[in-house]
Amino acid sequence: MTYAHPNGNGSITAVGTTMESYYGKPIVKEPVWKAEIPWYLFMGGVAGAASVLHGLARVTGNHRLARSCLYIGAVADAVSPVLLISDLGRPERFLNMLRVFKVTSPMSVGSWILVASSGASNTAAALEGLGILRPVKWLAEAASFVTGPPLATYTGALLANTAIPVWSEARDELPWVFGASAAASAGAAATVFTPADAAGPARRAAIAGVAVELGLVQAMERKLGFVGEVYRQGEAGRYGRVSKLCTAAGAGLLALRGKRSRAAAVTGGALVLAGELALRWSVFKAGFQSARDPRYTVRPQKERLQKKGARR
Amino acid sequence: MSALAEPTGAPAAWPNTYGDEAKPRMGFFTDTTVCIGCKACEVACKEWNLIPEDGLEWSGLSYDNTGELSANSWRHVAFVEQAKPLKLDGELATADGGPEPLRWLMESDVCKHCTHAGCLDACPTGSLFRTEFGTVVVQEDICNGCGYCVPACPFGVIDKRDLPRSPDDAPLALPLLGKKEDGRVWKCTLCYDRLKGGHEPACAKACPTDSIQFGELDELRGRAQKRLEKLEAEGWNGPRLYGEDPDDGVGGFGAFFLLLDEPEVYGLPPDPVVPTAQLPRLWRTTALAAAAVTVGIAAAFLGGRE
Ligand code: SF4
Ligand code: SF4
Repeated sequence: MTYAHPNGNGSITAVGTTMESYYGKPIVKEPVWKAEIPWYLFMGGVAGAASVLHGLARVTGNHRLARSCLYIGAVADAVSPVLLISDLGRPERFLNMLRVFKVTSPMSVGSWILVASSGASNTAAALEGLGILRPVKWLAEAASFVTGPPLATYTGALLANTAIPVWSEARDELPWVFGASAAASAGAAATVFTPADAAGPARRAAIAGVAVELGLVQAMERKLGFVGEVYRQGEAGRYGRVSKLCTAAGAGLLALRGKRSRAAAVTGGALVLAGELALRWSVFKAGFQSARDPRYTVRPQKERLQKKGARR
Repeated sequence: MSALAEPTGAPAAWPNTYGDEAKPRMGFFTDTTVCIGCKACEVACKEWNLIPEDGLEWSGLSYDNTGELSANSWRHVAFVEQAKPLKLDGELATADGGPEPLRWLMESDVCKHCTHAGCLDACPTGSLFRTEFGTVVVQEDICNGCGYCVPACPFGVIDKRDLPRSPDDAPLALPLLGKKEDGRVWKCTLCYDRLKGGHEPACAKACPTDSIQFGELDELRGRAQKRLEKLEAEGWNGPRLYGEDPDDGVGGFGAFFLLLDEPEVYGLPPDPVVPTAQLPRLWRTTALAAAAVTVGIAAAFLGGRE
């Protein structure tokens, strides 16, 4: 072909015949979410799993651990809605989230879970601090225990229920990854704020959470195949490497010295927390990267069509 | 699929919200084979819907300076220059008298007004809704700019508008958290206001070649089938309907197309599927994972206090 083309590719065939895209432009839109969302994914995880730790510590009579988990959960639960509201294009309309309940929208379901969880854990924390209305406090604690786990995992559904290739194709893994990450985060936070003689369950939750999560992330990247390569590239790759390094180092430190050394417990816990935050950022950024390149949208869909055609 | 998998139902199963006031489902058939790339649709849409200007830049990509559908472009004419003959018998359109096989594809893209619309299913406020004409519309007085619909659309249609707030805007209730932007999402309404008044949408009205045809969806589907058969009989290179099949991943488009090449050549997804189709399974996974978090943490208590 000899036509000079203004796009500089030199050939009029630049588009259409060989490339499977429209000038390499994206097909799906990148999310419009900002930094608040990965922070929320992290905070919501802390809040959700801390409620579970708190409830179980309470019933096993470990009141020292229960108290720190209650406060950790309440703080994370209080920060979460602020982050979400701040990300809205029209923050003054945040209450519109609660004008309907839609099971087809993980964001709608999640908003209701967060309202319930946040209300419950903050009520319980306030009553604990004031030392009044114990029956009400117990009720609030129970409610927080029940709403915690879904708060920790629904965010996986939130991301997976989109047309973003690297999120939607990981729909079988994301809720598990986020659940494990939440358990590790809450465990790590509690390890930081609880003396070692009461922090055993939290420390073990952190270590086990990290171990399970590292395996799950591996499995997710492998299953994603071609699309999964974004987890090795750019910001998603950098955050991912930081996450693996920090969580592994932190969990190792907790396992080896967390019981005896207060300093090791605090450092290990902080490392795990940093790593879990980095994990949320890695997943968040991977979504943007996979939306930006039309190949990640087109190729899996073409393969799907071919499979459908073969079956016919 | 379960009831959850078809949240908005097949047309017959759409919730009967409107009763006697329900209208036949209206839509577009965009026949790209007669499009001349004049962009009258883009202009008419901007005019009628009072859409703000969004940058006057030369892209260098053929005649396409709009680039993509966005909050401020609800019709977008794509220009594809191809070294392919228009007809299968090899009769070539020639440029500069040369023998190069050359064709120019033009397609006016628009919101598909999906039967199962990812944007609508995802919207947590109920701002996005299904009208009595079967179209999908944003209620701008309800949208709080959560942005969930944006990645939920398999076609990258709906988008958030970032424009400076005007001094006339109501003050923010939460000034510290306020954003300097319009903050809401926007997309084609299929001219809901014009439909209510019994008029056709502005783009279809303006289109000089009838590339954009507006009408009752059932009737349009029949018309498109006839047109496809005619083009095939005439030996055109690659004609195909895109989005007319009610059994596709979004249950058929309310605005569908006749293309001359693979969808991705025009920047369209080859096999779009509404994300919600997988949601029942996703909810099960989420519930299982939640239970596992509880059980896993409980196991951590077995080792005692220390
Ligand atoms: S094309 Fe996108 S924006 Fe339009 S109805 Fe379908 S999902 Fe919604
Ligand atoms: S941005 Fe507006 S229309 Fe889109 S999902 Fe959120 S509330 Fe609904």
